[in-house]
Amino acid sequence: MIELFSIFAIGVVLTLIVGFYCILVTDNLIRALIGVEILAKGATLLLILAGYVTRQTALAQALAITMIIVEVAVIATAVGVVLCAFRHTGSIHASSLRNVKG
Amino acid sequence: MNLNIALLIALVLAAMWTVMTTKLLRSIVGLAITSAILTVLLFRLNSPLAAVFELSVCAGLIPAIFLSTISLARRLTPEALAIRQRERIRKFWLLPVIVILAGVCLTQIRHVPLDIFAGAPGESDVRKVLWQTRHLDLFGQIVILLGGAFGVVTLLKEAKKHD
Repeated sequence: MIELFSIFAIGVVLTLIVGFYCILVTDNLIRALIGVEILAKGATLLLILAGYVTRQTALAQALAITMIIVEVAVIATAVGVVLCAFRHTGSIHASSLRNVKG
Repeated sequence: MNLNIALLIALVLAAMWTVMTTKLLRSIVGLAITSAILTVLLFRLNSPLAAVFELSVCAGLIPAIFLSTISLARRLTPEALAIRQRERIRKFWLLPVIVILAGVCLTQIRHVPLDIFAGAPGESDVRKVLWQTRHLDLFGQIVILLGGAFGVVTLLKEAKKHD
């Protein structure tokens, strides 16, 4: 069990690093959302792993399902915001939003 | 165990390919592949319901949302594509280095706090947990879904008005 936890924990941390790096480095708003998605995948795996090692997979699955639902709502709304930005500025790059005021 | 390690390596590689590839379409395909690999891992961790949700929603619905968005984007000229590729290499060359270094460092850690394994076995039926123990979560999920749907409708309506 300890070996399984260690191996999965390393996978989770590396996935989270990839997601964070993507969000930090990219200027493209769609790619930033893809980074958020990868972070969410790492978090989902961590939730299920925690449920597995504490023998509470049912509770972990319920929380993971809730998280997936939240993920969809966040992505759908964020994509709507990106579409609005694209219609106003003609670009999906964060640098084109520097003149936003208010 | 070896299969788990192979799947985890595939998960990290797919995630890296997703963020490092130049074309957005390939990124979205990479995201779907990452979700599919995560699905297999969730099945292996005795979580079939979460795995099915991950496969249908994260590997199916979310890439479809992204695809519908990038269908608006213009195709890049070969010159612009070459510039973009050089820019991506400049921005992302550090990522494989960081991932490999972090992976090597983490494999050296031998201490795992044993008290995290001390949880008592809880309810094993996910339906009971979802509908009885965590039924308020379902209310929250409905509110969040409605909030997301209304948010999208409002945003697109506003955009139309400005046009």
